Amino acid sequence: MKAGNYIPGNGGVTVNNIVKKYGAKKETIQALRGVSFEVNRGELFGIIGPDGAGKTSLFRILTTLLLPDGGSAAVDGLDVVKDFKEIRKRVGYMPGRFSLYQDLTVAENLEFFATIFNTSIEENYELVKDIYSQIEPFKDRRAGKLSGGMKQKLALSCALIHRPSVLFLDEPTTGVDAVSRKEFWDMLGRLKMQGITILVSTPYMDEASLCDRVALIQNGEILAINTPQGVIDSFDKTLLAVKSRRMLPLLEDLKAFEGAEDAYPFGEYHHVVLRPGITDTHAMSYLSQKGYEDVQVQLITPNIEDCFMARMAKIY
Amino acid sequence: MKQFISFIKKEFYHILRDKRTMFILLGMPVVQIIIFGFALTNEVKNARIAILDQSNDAATHSIRAEIEASRYFEIKKYLHSYKEIEKAFQSGQISLVVVFPQRFEQDLLHFNKAQVQLIADASDPNVATTLTNYASAIINDYQNRITNNRKLPYTINTEMRMLYNPQLKGAYSFVPGVMAMVLMLVCTMMTAITIVREKETGTMEIMLVSPIKPLKIVVAKAVPYLLLSIINITSILLLSVFVLDVPIRGNLALLVFESILFTLTCLAFGLLISSSTASQQIAMFISLVGMFLPTVMLSGFMFPIENMPVPLRVVSNIVPAKWFYYIIKEVMIKGLGFAAVWKETLVLVGMLAFLLALSIKKFKIRLA
Repeated sequence: MKAGNYIPGNGGVTVNNIVKKYGAKKETIQALRGVSFEVNRGELFGIIGPDGAGKTSLFRILTTLLLPDGGSAAVDGLDVVKDFKEIRKRVGYMPGRFSLYQDLTVAENLEFFATIFNTSIEENYELVKDIYSQIEPFKDRRAGKLSGGMKQKLALSCALIHRPSVLFLDEPTTGVDAVSRKEFWDMLGRLKMQGITILVSTPYMDEASLCDRVALIQNGEILAINTPQGVIDSFDKTLLAVKSRRMLPLLEDLKAFEGAEDAYPFGEYHHVVLRPGITDTHAMSYLSQKGYEDVQVQLITPNIEDCFMARMAKIY
Repeated sequence: MKQFISFIKKEFYHILRDKRTMFILLGMPVVQIIIFGFALTNEVKNARIAILDQSNDAATHSIRAEIEASRYFEIKKYLHSYKEIEKAFQSGQISLVVVFPQRFEQDLLHFNKAQVQLIADASDPNVATTLTNYASAIINDYQNRITNNRKLPYTINTEMRMLYNPQLKGAYSFVPGVMAMVLMLVCTMMTAITIVREKETGTMEIMLVSPIKPLKIVVAKAVPYLLLSIINITSILLLSVFVLDVPIRGNLALLVFESILFTLTCLAFGLLISSSTASQQIAMFISLVGMFLPTVMLSGFMFPIENMPVPLRVVSNIVPAKWFYYIIKEVMIKGLGFAAVWKETLVLVGMLAFLLALSIKKFKIRLA
C-alpha cells in the first residue's frame, strides 16, 4: 500500500506487513516479521506479548523513532516514514522506561512538555485534570522522588497535555502496583471516551480483557487479533483446574499425561488443556492411578489468559 | 520562541540543581589560575646552592655576597673539598655548586684571567640551564664592574630588553593558556555530555516525538554553557588583573569577542561529539582525547610549537586553542588591535561554521 492511499486525520492506525531487523548482516535479529493490523479511531487496542516479542520496536516505528525495514504504516492517516514531522505533532508517546526529567518538579515537567508542543497546561487542563489532580498535591516535588504509580500518572499527563489524536503507551503498567494498575486502566477508559485512539502494550495477559481489541504478539509475529470475548469464544478445548497438596509433582505428572495438550500453573491451581475426546473422568482416573488421593478436578470456562497460553503453545 | 525559552529554562534547572557540577564549572578556573599563578611556575626562586671556595679572598667574598643577595639563590652550604660535591648533590638539597679555585684573586689581577666552575644538577635540564645562566650573569656583572675603570681594546656589549613582559613572568603566558583550557572543558565536555545524557535517560526519545526542531534543541543546549563561559572569562580576567598583575593591554571588547568566538567553536565541537556518540563515558573520553590533550600539548601554551617536528606543527593548525592562544597573547599581552589578529579570527570563524554545520547535519532525528 502506498502512502497516498491513507486518509489524513482519520484518527486510526494502519500497519501493513512491517518488518524490522537489527544487527549486522551475519547476526541479524528479526524483531518484527511482517506485522499487520488496523486500529480504528477511538479504539483502545492492546498489544499483548512477552518480553522480546517486538512490542517496543513496533511502537518506535509507529512513533517515527525507527525506520521499518519493510512494509508501511500510517498513524492518523499519515505515513510513518514520509510524514514523520506531522505525526510527531499529533501523537502522544509514553516510552516503557520512565523518561521524564528527574531533576525537574512535577509541575515543571508538565509545563515543559506543554510548551514544546506549543500549548499550555491551561489550554488542555480538562483532558488531564482527572489524572493530574491526583499528583497535583506533589507538584513541587522532583519527578525522581515520586513513587512508581505517581511517575506513571505524570508521564501520562505529559503525553496527553497536547491533546494527541493517537496515544502510544509502551508497557505503562510494568512495575506498578496492582491498585495503581487498576486506576491506570480506568483512566484509559475515560480517555477513550474523549475520542483518543489508544495503543497500549503490556506483558500482563490479564489486562487484555480491559481493551476493546487485542493483538497477541510473539517472536515478532501476530498470533491473533480479536476482541477479548472473541478470543475466549474461539477457544474450543476442554479446560480443567486441578489442585492437590503436592503441587510440584502434580504439574510434572499432568505434563506427562497423554490426554493433556498443555499444563501450566495458574494461581493456586494447575490448568490442563485436554485433547479432543478426553474428558475430566479420564484425567481423574489417570491421577488416582498416579496415587493422588486428595486431588480436586474442576471443569472451568477459559479466561483470556488460558486462550493466550494455548495460542503461544501453538496448540490451536 | 516560547518553546526555545522554555527549553533554555529547563537547561538552567539542570545546571543549577546539580550543585556539585556547577561548583566545579565555576570554581575550576579560579583554582587553576591560582595554582598556575602561585604553585606551578617555571621561574626559579631561592634555589639552594653550595659554595666550594678554595681561595677565600676579597674577590670570591664579594661574588659570594652578590650571589647570596640575589633572590634566585640561597647559599645552603660551604663545602671544603671536591669530594663533598658529589655528596652534596646526592643529599638532594643542592641544585648548583659554585667552585672557586685556589688563588682566584691573584690570577685575576696578575694574569687578567680567572676561572669559576659551575656544577649543576641536570636531572632537570631546564632548571640546570636557568641556574647556570643566573649564576653566570651575576659573575659577569662583577667582572664588568672591575673592568669598568680600564679600557679594553674591543668590547661588544649585549643589551637585552624583554618586551611586553620585562619581568619574564610566567603568568603572561599561562593566563591565555588557562583561558583556552577552561573554556574548552566547560563548553566541549559539558555540552557533549548534556545531549548524550538525554539519550541515556530516554528523554531524547520523547523530545524527538514532539514538534520541536533539532536546531532548537541544539542551540538551546548551548546557550546556558555560553553564559557560564562568559562568567568564567570574567573571573579569569579579574583574577589575572587584580591577583596576578597581568595587565590587559589591548581592547577589552575585542578580547571578550574573541573569547566568545572560541567558546562557540568549542560548543560546536561538543555538539558534534554528542551527536555522534551514545554514552556519557564515550562522550567524555572523546572530548578529553580529542580536545583537552591537543589543547594542552599543541596550542603552544605548554610546549613551543616552533620546536616541534613538521608533522606536529601541521596538526597543531587544526587545534582551535592554538589560534585562540595566539590571539589572546597578541591582544591581551601585546596590546595589538584587530588588524593583527584578523587572519586567526577568520580561521576560528571557519572552524565554527564547519563544526556547527556538521553537528546539525549529524543530529539524529530518529533513534539508532
